[in-house]
Order: sequence, then C-alpha cells, then structure tokens
Amino acid sequence: MTELIYYVLISVVLVAIGIYGLVVKRNAVRMLFALEIIANAANLNLIAFSRNLSNTQGQVFALFSIAIAAAEVAVGLGIIIIAYRLYKEIDVEEFKSMRG
Amino acid sequence: MVDPVFIGVAVLTVGSAIISLESRELIYGAIALAISMMGIAGFFILLDSPFVAMFQIAVYVGAVAVLVIFTVMLVRTQALFTTREDKGRKSAGIVLMLIFMASIGAIFIVSGLNSQTFGNPKAPAVDFTTIGQQMLTYYSPALIALALTLAGAVIGALALARREGEEIEQKND
Repeated sequence: MTELIYYVLISVVLVAIGIYGLVVKRNAVRMLFALEIIANAANLNLIAFSRNLSNTQGQVFALFSIAIAAAEVAVGLGIIIIAYRLYKEIDVEEFKSMRG
Repeated sequence: MVDPVFIGVAVLTVGSAIISLESRELIYGAIALAISMMGIAGFFILLDSPFVAMFQIAVYVGAVAVLVIFTVMLVRTQALFTTREDKGRKSAGIVLMLIFMASIGAIFIVSGLNSQTFGNPKAPAVDFTTIGQQMLTYYSPALIALALTLAGAVIGALALARREGEEIEQKND
C-alpha cells in the first residue's frame, strides 16, 4: 500500500508539467492538453485524500469534476475551431482581435 | 513503502503527459494525453475507487480524447507545424517547472502529510453503492445543476462551432 505523500508528489509533478505547457506552448490545442493535465492532478488529489480519510465526498467531487472537465473541453475546442476559421491558425499569439 | 505497480503507473502517467506536450505531431500528443488519462485511471484503481476509474476512462479516454483527435484532424495539418517557440521562453518554462516542483514538493515532504499518523491507508475503502446513494439523495441538486451545465455547455459548443454562412445562404433562398 503506497502512502498518501507519493500520490500528492505525483500530482505536484503533473501540475508543474501543466504549468510548463501553459507558459511555453503557443499552440491552442496543446494549451488545452496542459489544462487537462492540471485538472487530472486535482482529481488525483481528491481521490487520494478520500481513500486515506475513508470519505465518500472526495469521490463524489471527483466525479463532478470529471464531468465539468468534459464540458470545458467541448467549449474549448469550439472556441479553437472558431479561432481557426477566423485566423487560419491555432497559434495563440496570432489571435489579435482580443488583444488590448 | 512504494508499490512497484505504483512506480510503473507513475512513470506511464508522467512520461506520457510530457510526450503529450512535447511530441512533434499534435495527433501523437492527443494519443499520449489519452494514455496519461488511462494512467490516472490506474491510480484510481490503486486507490480502491474503481467506480471513478471507470468514469474517468469513459469520459476522458472515450469522449475527450476522441473529440480532441477529431478536432486535430479537422484543422489543416500545416497549421499544426508552424507554431514557433523561442528557446528563451522554453528554458524559462523548464526552470519555472523545476522551481515549482522543488518548492511545493519540499513543502509537502516536510509537512505533516509525510508522517505516518496522517490519515489511515488501511481504512476500509469507500463502497461505490454509497456513492450512488449519496448522488441520488444528498447531492441530487448538484447532480441536476451538473446536468444542466453539461447540456448548456454542449449546446453552447455546438452554437459556437456552427458555420454562420450557411444560415445566410438559407435566408437568401
């Protein structure tokens, strides 16, 4: 049985990878991948704490979180498709009309 | 004590998360993301929550990954290669990632989470029939709100991705 701290460390590593992706990548689809990795790290934490505290709420919240993440991906991909149609490009630095 | 299965799943998850961001072709990145989500589902099974693991596989690997792969196929392949990255920003991102990992990881290692007294890994696992009962009783308003949110998001995504030119053509007919 693996202790809780290892799961927490794995989720720290996943969040760090996600932050790296959000900072460095200019491709909109890859930024969405990075967001998904961060959301999954959060879910992993919820389940790990729920297991160690023997608590149902963590699992229920993880289920809600997974469903919300699916909706988020649908809307995000819709926005990316529109941006591609407008700019013929999915590089976020080319999306100029919302620039201040 | 660390389980060897845990180490295997951790390497799979973290490795394919890195590949999903760093692969040259976006379609391989999407497949690597799906494998990483499978790894997270493996962690859920190791944590005795098979119900959430099945939900994770159904939603992430079944729906999200397929949706992403379809979108990647819709976008012209040439656009996927032309994302320029500066070297400076990439190395700064790697440094930021390492600083984040080291600092937050050090905080968790020295914190009380690392002691054996926190929580109880040998506590009885949560029974998934309890989750079902809680979902339909205590959390039922949240479940209804979630269903409406999902419906709204999907309708919104459809409305966003619809071509507006076709509607104008229909009006002209």
